[in-house]
Amino acid sequence: MNSSVIVFPGSNCDRDIASALEKFQFKNQMVWHKETKLPKSDLIVVPGGFSYGDYLRSGAIAGKSLIINEVIKAANQGCLVLGICNGFQILTETGLLKGVLLRNKNLKFINKDVNIKVINNETKFSNKYKKDQILKINIAHNEGNYFTNPNHLKDLKDENLIAFKYCNKNGVINDDFNPNGSLENIAGIFNSKKNILGMMPHPERMVDNLISNTDGVNLFSSLLN
Amino acid sequence: MKFSVTVTLKKDVLDPQGKVVQNTLQNLGMENLKSIRQGKYFEIELNDNDQIKAEKKVDDMCKKLLANLIIEDYKVNKI
Repeated sequence: MNSSVIVFPGSNCDRDIASALEKFQFKNQMVWHKETKLPKSDLIVVPGGFSYGDYLRSGAIAGKSLIINEVIKAANQGCLVLGICNGFQILTETGLLKGVLLRNKNLKFINKDVNIKVINNETKFSNKYKKDQILKINIAHNEGNYFTNPNHLKDLKDENLIAFKYCNKNGVINDDFNPNGSLENIAGIFNSKKNILGMMPHPERMVDNLISNTDGVNLFSSLLN
Repeated sequence: MKFSVTVTLKKDVLDPQGKVVQNTLQNLGMENLKSIRQGKYFEIELNDNDQIKAEKKVDDMCKKLLANLIIEDYKVNKI
């Protein structure tokens, strides 16, 4: 499978995701944001970090960069797109994913391992997980408080477009286990065609027992399935 | 031609920063403080002479980049 990782000034999880992709035998290429052509890709990853120093709004400037036009074109043609953390913020700024990521409710940058529940396991990104499986994945963000309008929230539920929700280790989903104030504990969503996934947690940090755990592995094996 | 743009969160969107500023001012003894909403301010200078055209451009800038219309409102004023 061919993958491309888009790199912006201020991206800082680009090499982590590249190394995770290579671990699972993806043929990966790094693509600088000033490029105007994407290499042939089955998967495009918009990585985490602080593109353009989060100037204006997180993801706002990257969302208007040259390469993003190509990402939008490819996404509309069905190419798989994964946005992690700042990548999720960028995808909402482009309009590829609806909604927005607001400042964390407690105004703190949160860096910790949290539990999330797999809500939809019938997609290209999640088919190797079990439904309602509880994962422990790292989050590291200042703007992860997902917000959208009531109509879109209804679509997310009716069309099964919620990928992951924050929960506790037993799978209980409520305000006590919502790290950032996000709407209905949402940690990740799909677009309506389910070829785009945006998520705040970092699966690329959870692919090796030596440094963390392997709860992120099945996201990569799902993509290869 | 010069314009100012003020971008603020829509009124039903939580503004935790504004809230903290408000609490701090109250701690400093500022009385009768009803509410504070924090926003962003831009000054934009254009080479156009036609005000209607220039205003349209600034409006376009707000829609395309300066404001995220899902959560923010904006106001344009000539200065």
